[in-house]
Amino acid sequence: MALLQISEPGLSTAPHQHRLAVGIDLGTTNSLVATVRNGISVVLNDENGRAMLPSVVRYAADGSVVVGETAQAMQSEDAANTIVSVKRFMGRGLNDIGDISRLPYRFVDTPPAASPFATSGGSGQSASTSSGQGGMVQLRTVAGVKSPVEVSAEILKVLRNRAEAALGGELVGAVITVPAYFDDAQRQATKDAARLAGLNVLRLLNEPTAAAIAYGLDNAAEGVYAVYDLGGGTFDISILRLSRGVFEVLSANGDSALGGDDFDQRIHCWLLEKNHLSALNPRDTRLLLTHARTAKEQLTDHGETRITAVLSNGELIDNALTRTEFQSISQNLVQHTLQPLRRALRDAKLSVTDIKGVVMVGGATRMPQVQNAVGEFFGQTPLTNLDPDKVVALGAAIQANLLAGNRSGNDWLLLDVIPLSLGIETMGGLVEKIIPRNSTIPTARAQEFTTFKDGQTAMSIHVLQGERELVSDCRSLAKFELRGIPAMVAGAARIRVTFQVDADGLVNVSAREMGSGIEAAIVVKPSYGLSDSEITRMLQDSAQHARDDMKARALREQQTEASQLLEAVKHALEQDGDLLDQTERAQIEALMTALHDTLQHTDHLVLKRAIGALNDATVSFAQARMDKNMAHALAGKNISELEAK
Amino acid sequence: MQPVSFNLQQNYFQLFNIAQVYQIDTAQLERQYRALQSLIHPDKHTHLPDAEQRVAMQHSTLVNEAYQTLLQPMLRARYLLSLHGVDTQEETNTIMPLDFLTAQMEWREGVAEARRTRDAALLDELEMRLHRETRELESQLAVKIDTEKDYAAAAGLARKLRFMERLAEEIHAAYDAMDA
Repeated sequence: MALLQISEPGLSTAPHQHRLAVGIDLGTTNSLVATVRNGISVVLNDENGRAMLPSVVRYAADGSVVVGETAQAMQSEDAANTIVSVKRFMGRGLNDIGDISRLPYRFVDTPPAASPFATSGGSGQSASTSSGQGGMVQLRTVAGVKSPVEVSAEILKVLRNRAEAALGGELVGAVITVPAYFDDAQRQATKDAARLAGLNVLRLLNEPTAAAIAYGLDNAAEGVYAVYDLGGGTFDISILRLSRGVFEVLSANGDSALGGDDFDQRIHCWLLEKNHLSALNPRDTRLLLTHARTAKEQLTDHGETRITAVLSNGELIDNALTRTEFQSISQNLVQHTLQPLRRALRDAKLSVTDIKGVVMVGGATRMPQVQNAVGEFFGQTPLTNLDPDKVVALGAAIQANLLAGNRSGNDWLLLDVIPLSLGIETMGGLVEKIIPRNSTIPTARAQEFTTFKDGQTAMSIHVLQGERELVSDCRSLAKFELRGIPAMVAGAARIRVTFQVDADGLVNVSAREMGSGIEAAIVVKPSYGLSDSEITRMLQDSAQHARDDMKARALREQQTEASQLLEAVKHALEQDGDLLDQTERAQIEALMTALHDTLQHTDHLVLKRAIGALNDATVSFAQARMDKNMAHALAGKNISELEAK
Repeated sequence: MQPVSFNLQQNYFQLFNIAQVYQIDTAQLERQYRALQSLIHPDKHTHLPDAEQRVAMQHSTLVNEAYQTLLQPMLRARYLLSLHGVDTQEETNTIMPLDFLTAQMEWREGVAEARRTRDAALLDELEMRLHRETRELESQLAVKIDTEKDYAAAAGLARKLRFMERLAEEIHAAYDAMDA
């Protein structure tokens, strides 16, 4: 790994302390946690020295939860209560999952999240959401109905505990990786899971981008690179330009439902066919899938492997599978990954000859047929000098270290993109694109609409994500109604709909009626996400089983936030206090004192209010400071300094 | 609050500190873009309070928008002409020379034909030709705006460029459809 120096005094707002931050690769098959220690990014092992935590969660009737190897060992015996590859269900409805008969779970279709919006401003206008489709799928276990978000949170909790034990303190935050091709619902679900696991998310980072950081910083790479990331359940391709400390994603593409699991399924189907078997019970299904995976891994280094298993009815399965046969039954899966490659190149306006190197990520890229196909496509041997299982977590840790404020000697910047276009429904069930795919984030776009009938006082807005022209072919993110538009003649009202995509790739949509001078804004969260009340309920549920008291934790979090805020504002006043007049400064200082006085308070809500008050009072100061920074930059001084690096 | 010299009202050329012309120095634009983002990107401000993080997101969003506007030939033409008080009227002014419209029809038929027969070679050829003609339009635009300062004529060329852009989108969609 690249040698990064730990924080130099004076660079961080809290130079005396190294802030504990981790990178987490929340994978379909395995999950990992890594951190930067003594300037080097390292994966943190469990007490048995294992880096990879199988992403398997088992629920018992008494409410206890087991995660990892122990759960994995029970996956055939207790298939219905042992959740494997939960990442495939994140932010997904029952309709998205495909052939559920092949999966040993009891699925529950759920209505969309209730009222996933907030109303601000106020003049009699209101908004409401509704959605014609179901919400995120849930799973019925002996311990009750569980959302994929809750299941993922169990995995994250284990990794958080592992990290806090290894690092000897509470984490300031985590960077969690997601497939680049994840849509908004899947990203939101991941962020909710982290929140549920008590993690402060510094950033959601695209997996190929994380790999590029680890690879690029390690090899001082310059030029255009392709990252081919075939994980357990997702496929991503990203094209990045690396130059002088900037990682610029030019395009991303992929398939969020294609991965190593599908190769296991192909072997599974082959076994069924060879042995003339039809539908199996959940235990046998899981048993054969487990053997299929082992066979797949064997065939990486061997020309042939033997699959031997005894089904629950005593029937013996005993088949030899050659690498050639495996390659032939999985050929179209490999071919399927080449379409996104072509699209990504076209979107980046590049051809294969522009690609300087191809970085392979994800355990599934160990399969020789994958390496051969990718090598042939790009006309060069892919780079495999980094462990494809660990490179994402290592890169995430490096980014987490930077975002936590532990400045290292060599600074860099990531410019990532939104992988799927955003649009709204127009007449005739068509989608009008507002933000095209591969726009650099953060990004925003506003579009104005008007009423088409005299006296119309409401308007319905349907937000979608995807590339297809028809509403029914895209993912519905949210449907909301803007009510209380003042009655006017048709075409007189001006409703401005603004899409804002933040640096996590998460979307916020707001609508504002401007024509009348009355303004109200609504903020819409995706209907596939969880509402705040659901998160609160889940937090309470998990608190019943958790050892530590949630309230105490909330208080500690607020205390930490308060201290950080006080320190940051103090620092800002020292640096740029001259931007404020006396009244402004006095007001901020009064609120600082007030916040300082509440530090010893035992009610976290009191602290929260004081933090909010100080935050609000410093809004214009913040604006002025940022403007001053920009002014400096434009004066040319800082720019030349930056370029010199 | 004391006034500061920098404000978001200044135009995009000033923001990136490059000459206000059509034929820009792309390398310089890229350098300035990266330098600005290195200062204002939200990742650089994660340790600051929420208020400053929000400002960083807004500034970073604006710089992305400004960069794309100057980087993309059509957007740059439209923006630069608007600074000269000329509206390019791509959506409203549909009066185009007849030969141009006829050529457009032929283009479209060609793309549709390639898409229907899944003829990748034909699509490649159309794309290359489109690329050449687009370049040609861009150099004409540079002359009209930068040298002759004939903004009305430039607006006509910008509208043509918009047509070419739509064709490029159609070719792109045809490639996507042929992949599927």
